[in-house]
Amino acid sequence: MNIYLRFDYNTICKKIIQETMFEAEIKYDMERFGEIHFSETISDEKLKMIQEKFNNYGIEIVENQKSIIIEKIKDVINDMVFKENFLAVKSSVYLAEKMDLSYGYISNLFSEITFTSIENYIILQKTEYSKQLINNTDLTLTEIAYKLNYSSVAHLSTQFKKTTGLTPSAFQRIIQKRREKLD
Amino acid sequence: MTNSPIYITIADDDEDDRIFFEDAIKELKINTKITMVEDGVALIENLISKKNNLPDVIFLDLNMPKKSGMECLREIKANPFWKNIAIAIYSTSASEEDIEETFVQGANIYIKKPNDFNTLKKMLSDVVTINWQYQTSNLNRDNFLLRL
Repeated sequence: MNIYLRFDYNTICKKIIQETMFEAEIKYDMERFGEIHFSETISDEKLKMIQEKFNNYGIEIVENQKSIIIEKIKDVINDMVFKENFLAVKSSVYLAEKMDLSYGYISNLFSEITFTSIENYIILQKTEYSKQLINNTDLTLTEIAYKLNYSSVAHLSTQFKKTTGLTPSAFQRIIQKRREKLD
Repeated sequence: MTNSPIYITIADDDEDDRIFFEDAIKELKINTKITMVEDGVALIENLISKKNNLPDVIFLDLNMPKKSGMECLREIKANPFWKNIAIAIYSTSASEEDIEETFVQGANIYIKKPNDFNTLKKMLSDVVTINWQYQTSNLNRDNFLLRL
């Protein structure tokens, strides 16, 4: 017998951080997702302790300034894509406002560090979300297209095919066959 | 972040194809480390010898002597230590059935072998960068399918 799980990464991460900090007896606030503020100075020992604990979960403490900005950009994009009602605002405007930096700067930095453009990253995340919805829910493609703010099913399908080389239905068929193989 | 290399293994029995691939990868503006093996048996031996320094992506020719690409694919995906390595199958076949079967067996990427160098470069660049996104952006590897 198999069961299939859907994950809410935000909740999982928040919970892990909460428990780790509680164990280490550290007071903190999470100002933005992935940005932790300590109200008092933390000893190197404690910092090392939480770092080790985080590493077990694949959570990394980022130190490099550029990497920090990149992680923030990714968080804002993920928020934007995975939120219930995908915003109708232009993503460039939304990102610049949320990051409080010019879009030109954000966009250049992103391309420099991640080998891809912000536009491509957003498309990749939207495709990822469509994949999740195709595999794990009963939503029709029309409903998925609406949820992800595509103008039509055709637009969703074309972008999906362009990103993965497969049509949404071929993708769904392959994943189903893989699951049957495992059963 | 940009400095850490991407490890690539190429398994192909045809020397010309191996060189063609290596040249194309070297021309990408991406820091890569390439390992080349001549057949399926050598590939599996190489993975065993690498222990924890496994490649990020393996390019696998389907038609190889000793052990075929398909056998390697099944063996890699059945091994809990190896199953997260991205597998890119490349083949001259563009039959829909072949393609779907390799995906069902666990391949992540299917590339139809191109004849010209620039197309190959573009394909490899796509594979390496998208794979890199999967490693760094919390994307679900089980959903990683790419056909080029």
